[in-house]
Amino acid sequence: MLKVNSINRGIVIDHIPVGKGIKIFDKLKLNEADFPVVLLMNVSSNISQKKDIIKIENVMDIDLTLLGLIDSNITVNIIDDNKIIEKKKVEIPGDVTGMFKCKNSRCISNFDDYVTPKFKLVHKNSKLLYSCEYCDELTTYVL
Amino acid sequence: MILKGRHLIDQNDLSLEELDQVLALAEKMVDDRDAYSKVCDGKILGTLFYEPSTRTRLSFESAMLRMGGSVLGFSDASASSVAKGESIADTIRVAGVYADAVVMRHPKEGAPKLASQFSPVPVINGGDGGHQHPTQTLTDLLTIRRLKGRLDNLKVAFCGDLKFGRTVHSLVSTLAKLPNIQFVFISPDELKFPKHMKEHLIETYDIEVIETQDLESVIDDLDILYMTRIQKERFFNEADYVRLKDSYILERSKLKTAKQDMLIMHPLPRVNEISYDVDDDNRAVYFQQAEFGVYVRMALIALLLGVDTDVKGE
Ligand SMILES: [Zn+2]
Repeated sequence: MLKVNSINRGIVIDHIPVGKGIKIFDKLKLNEADFPVVLLMNVSSNISQKKDIIKIENVMDIDLTLLGLIDSNITVNIIDDNKIIEKKKVEIPGDVTGMFKCKNSRCISNFDDYVTPKFKLVHKNSKLLYSCEYCDELTTYVL
Repeated sequence: MILKGRHLIDQNDLSLEELDQVLALAEKMVDDRDAYSKVCDGKILGTLFYEPSTRTRLSFESAMLRMGGSVLGFSDASASSVAKGESIADTIRVAGVYADAVVMRHPKEGAPKLASQFSPVPVINGGDGGHQHPTQTLTDLLTIRRLKGRLDNLKVAFCGDLKFGRTVHSLVSTLAKLPNIQFVFISPDELKFPKHMKEHLIETYDIEVIETQDLESVIDDLDILYMTRIQKERFFNEADYVRLKDSYILERSKLKTAKQDMLIMHPLPRVNEISYDVDDDNRAVYFQQAEFGVYVRMALIALLLGVDTDVKGE
């Protein structure tokens, strides 16, 4: 198996669904980073068959809401001195402000510059459905 | 349960108790309108109509004027500063200085909700796209309550476009909360009541729902027949439209088996779904319904403004 050195101090985003790693990489603008960053794709895993992993040799704020929207099985490990010092739980966010647009083309949130789209989680089942605070239309977040 | 200073954006903004409060006051106003002719003395209602809707606007204006208040506003956004792209937040902050309460009609869904987040005064949704039109629902409820004497134990049929019909969805969602309501949905397959909403009714309220395409087979057992317009543009092809449009034209002859005290309602304007020979049937209440719209708006405005409605009739 491909070996990548563990990081000394930084963040490991683990259990990313295959194919989503590169998208998270883009969303977090890691291509602009001036510190070591590794994106691993199609890594074997015990939990799911395959997964993606992102290792970041730097301490930075990670948007857990964004990760929660993508997959609640993602884990975020904070590493210091080669050890995991904190495991952050990613949860499906109940309220989302601004992250995506309402899919209703007649919704005011797509027209008024002064309004930030706001959503409430309404279904958790297989899909993440978010109800628009303004027009009640359901929108699914797709990364 | 104080409505003073509140907004009405969605009919669900009102609890059943608050709904009762509005309808009870509206009924007092029906009984003695003159007694309320001064309760809004010195108050101003702002009417921000970003799209024309003469009927709704006149109903609100009439309501305010009948209580001794005044109205100001615009009925055509293209002729006002809002056409220059002013945000709703700014418009409402200023309108809240000019007026004590504001009614907003807007083609974009959610616009009145947005306005309410910035408004210093109560905002009433006068219709936002295909989303909500809560005062129409209040009007329908007042009509039923006034003419049937109750809002429970009713078999209510909706006929026509049940897929896109905003007034239908809204009235159904409120009636569903009341005891012993049965629904009959009469529509072509293409315009059926939305499945997810039907499932919600059955799961949440354990309501009996009958679906059919045939009005005549169910009309004998109804307490209320709520007709809606079928719009040609809702159909994919002309042939389907032609086939179906006539099946839902309510003619006097179809009323033979209907109960004597059934109510025939319609949010108006009608096109051809109720023929003129039904108008003088005493079951046809759609013009009265329009009249009740004024009373329910009077009651609502008075309660949101918090004016003293404890008047003594002569
Ligand atoms: Zn929306």
